Amino acid sequence: MQVDPFIDPHPNLTPAVLQGLGWLYLVLCAMNLWWTIRVYREDKHVMVPVLNIELPRATFWALYTSALMIVGFMHVSWTNEDYIDRFPLVLEPGGPFQTAIDFVVANPVTYFMISISGTIAVLWFRKFLVQPTVGWILLNAAVLFQALSMTDYDFRQIVGKPDNVPIVALLYLVGGFTWLYFYKAVENDRRLAEWDGEGPIPVLENDENEKVLVWPDLVYSELICMIAITTLLIVWGIVLEAPLEEPASSAKTPNPSKAPWYFLGLQEMLVYYDPWLAGVVFPTMILGGLMAIPYIDFNRIGNGYYVFRQRAFSIITFLVGFITLWVAMIVLGTFLRGPNWNIFGIYEYWDVHKLEALNNVMLSELFYLDWFGQFFDMPSYGNDDPMGKKVSMILLRELPGFAVIGIYFVALPPLLAITCLRTFYQRMGYLRFMVFTQLLLWMAALPLKMVLRWALNLKYLVNIPEYFFNI
Amino acid sequence: MSVGDYIRGSQIWKSIFRHPAPYDRRNRVVVMLTNFFLHLHPVSVKQQGIALSYTWCMGGITFFLFLVETITGVLLMFYYRPTLEWAYQDILALRDVTTLGIMREIHRWGAHAMVITVWLHMYRVFLTGSYKPPREFNWVVGVLLLVLTLLLSFTGYLLPWDQLAIWAITVGSNMARATPVLGHEGPGFQLLNLGGYDLITSGSDARFLLLGSRFVGEETLNRFYILHCVAIPLAAAGLIAIHFWRIRKDGGISQPL
Ligand code: HEM
Repeated sequence: MQVDPFIDPHPNLTPAVLQGLGWLYLVLCAMNLWWTIRVYREDKHVMVPVLNIELPRATFWALYTSALMIVGFMHVSWTNEDYIDRFPLVLEPGGPFQTAIDFVVANPVTYFMISISGTIAVLWFRKFLVQPTVGWILLNAAVLFQALSMTDYDFRQIVGKPDNVPIVALLYLVGGFTWLYFYKAVENDRRLAEWDGEGPIPVLENDENEKVLVWPDLVYSELICMIAITTLLIVWGIVLEAPLEEPASSAKTPNPSKAPWYFLGLQEMLVYYDPWLAGVVFPTMILGGLMAIPYIDFNRIGNGYYVFRQRAFSIITFLVGFITLWVAMIVLGTFLRGPNWNIFGIYEYWDVHKLEALNNVMLSELFYLDWFGQFFDMPSYGNDDPMGKKVSMILLRELPGFAVIGIYFVALPPLLAITCLRTFYQRMGYLRFMVFTQLLLWMAALPLKMVLRWALNLKYLVNIPEYFFNI
Repeated sequence: MSVGDYIRGSQIWKSIFRHPAPYDRRNRVVVMLTNFFLHLHPVSVKQQGIALSYTWCMGGITFFLFLVETITGVLLMFYYRPTLEWAYQDILALRDVTTLGIMREIHRWGAHAMVITVWLHMYRVFLTGSYKPPREFNWVVGVLLLVLTLLLSFTGYLLPWDQLAIWAITVGSNMARATPVLGHEGPGFQLLNLGGYDLITSGSDARFLLLGSRFVGEETLNRFYILHCVAIPLAAAGLIAIHFWRIRKDGGISQPL
C-alpha cells in the first residue's frame, strides 16, 4: 500500500524521521567504533561454542558496529516518500513488542512495581552491572530502544516535545552517573573489606591525591567546561525552537493541564492525596527532610569518597527517594499522563474519550458498611443538629481513619525503636530518632497510599469534606 | 619581540595585571591571589577536589548556567514588557524578527539544564557523603539554592503568556489554595475568623498573596516578573556567595581522610 503523508495525519515514518534516526545510528556507530578499538587493545579472546574457534572479543563489536553503520546509511539515504511503509527494520505499530511495553507502563501498579524492583535489582546486582561491558551494553540497549520507538508517531509526539527533551537527557544522565557511582563504590567496598586499618584509607580517591596548583589545573578545565556548555546551549537553541503556544486564554483549559515538568512528581501525588497534602505538606516535608539529612545521618564515616557498604542504609533511602519517588514519578507524569489525567502507553494515542472507571471508597464506608456492617451503623447527623453533635458524629465516623494514622505516626516510631531500628535508636538518641522516623514515615506514606488505592480502591483514610480535611 | 610580549609589556596591560604572566610557579600562585575573579579559588587543591569523576563538575556547571541565565536574561529584558498587551507579542517578535532571538532559546534550555544540574550536584554531594560534618550547614544552604532554582524556573515559565504558561502556573499555584489554615480551600481555614466572618477568602488567602489576584492575571504577571528578574536572582546570588565562601571555610572539597 502506498501511504500518502498528506492523507495520513499520523505517519509513523517520514523521510525526515528516517534521516534523523540515521544520524542517531551513525553517532551510536561512532561510539561503538571507539569501544571496539578499546576492546581490541585489551586483546581478550572468547571461545565460540559450536564452531570451536577462538576469536578476539573485538570481532563481535566490530560486526555490531558495521551493522550500525549499514543501518545508519540506509536511514540517512532514504528520501523516498512513496513506498515508505516498505522500509524494513521498523517496530511494527501495534505489534507484540509495542503491546507488551504499553501493557506494563500504562498501569500505575505495574509501573511502580517496575521502578521499585528496578532500583532493588540495581542494588542487588551492582557487582555485575558495574562491569564496563555490561554498562556499555545497557547504554546501547537504551539508545536502540529509543531509536526504534521514535519510528512510532505517538511516541514521537510525546518524547519529541521540546520541553520534554530535557527529561530524556535527565534519564541518561541519572543512569550514567548512578552507574559511575556504583562503579567506584563497588571497588571501594572491595578495598575496604580487605583493609587492615593501617595508614590512610585505601579508597580510589586516595590513589592519586597530591596537591596541585589551581592555575593551570583547575582554571583550564573550567574554561573548557564553559566552552563546552556554551556550545551545547547554542546548538540546542538552534536545533530546537522554544515552544510558544496560542496566546493565553483563561477560557480554554487545555486537557491535560500540566505543571512544569520538574513539579510533575508532586502533581502525580495529587492522584493519591488532596492538594493540601500533595501540594503543601509533602513539599515542605521533602525540603525539611533534605535539610535535616546532615543532622540525622551524623556519622562521620564515609565522607569524601564513593562507597556503598559503609553507608548502605542512607544510600538506599536516598536512591529510593530520588529515583523511584522523584525521577520515576516525573517520567510518569510527563510521558504517560494524558487527557483527564488518564494513563497512556508510550505508543498509545492520547484519546480524550478514554474512560477509566473510578469507584473509589472511603475507609469509613469500608469499615461501617462492608467490614463491620452487622455491628455498627454509619454515624450520621442532620443539618439542624447542634454543632457539638455534628462534630462528634464526624469524629466517630472517621475514627477508623484517625486510628490508622495515629498508629502509623505515633505508635510505630517507639515500636521501631525497640524492634528493627533498635541500634539506630541507641546511636541517635530520642529527639534525632523521632525526627528521623517521622520523615521516613512521611516518605513511605506515598507508596503506602498507592498500595491502599490499588488493593482496596481506597480514596481517603479520613474524609471530612465539611472542613476540607481529607487524608 | 613577539606581539604577545609587546602587549604584555605595555603600560595598559601592566596596569590591569600587576604581575608577569603565570608561566612559573611563583606567578601561578600570585595570579590566584591578585585576580578578583580567581581569588574565589584557593591557590592549590588536592587532585580529588578537581577530578571530573569525583565532582562531576555539576556545582560548577550550575553556577555557570546561572551566569548564562543572567546575561541572556538581561538581553531578553530589553525586548520584553510584562503587560497583558505586550508580553506575548514581544515573545513572538523575539521568535520572528529580533536578531538575537535565539537568546530566548538559550535562556529556556539553560533554565531546564540548570534544574537538572542542580539535582545532579545534590546527588553527587549526597553520594560522596559531603554533607557530613563540617559541611552540614553548606548542605542546608544548598537546599535553599535548590528551592530558589526551582522558583526561578517556575516564575519564568509564566512570562511568555501563552497557553502553556498560564495553565502550568494555574495548576502549580492552585495548590496554595489548599494551604492548611491559610488557603481558602485548606483544612482549618475557618479557624481564622473575626466575629463569624472568615478572614481567609479567595481574595485574601495564600494563593492571592502569590498571584496578586484571584486567578492568573495581569497582577500575577507583574509579580512573577519582578520575582523572576529581581528578587529571586538577588537572593540566589547572595546564597551562592555564602555557599562558595563556606566551601573554602569548611576546608575545600571533601576528601577521604
Ligand atoms: C544554584 C545552585 C548551586 C550552585 C551554583 C552550587 C555550586 C557549588 C560548587 C561550584 C561547588 C564546588 C564543588 C562541586 O562543583 O561539586 C559546590 C559544593 C557543594 N555544594 Fe553546591 N551548589 C548549588 C546547589 C547545591 C545544592 C542543591 C546542594 C545540596 C542540597 C549543595 C551542596 C553542596 C555541598 C555540601 C558542597 C560541598 C561539597 C564537597 O565539599 O564535596 N549545593 N556547590
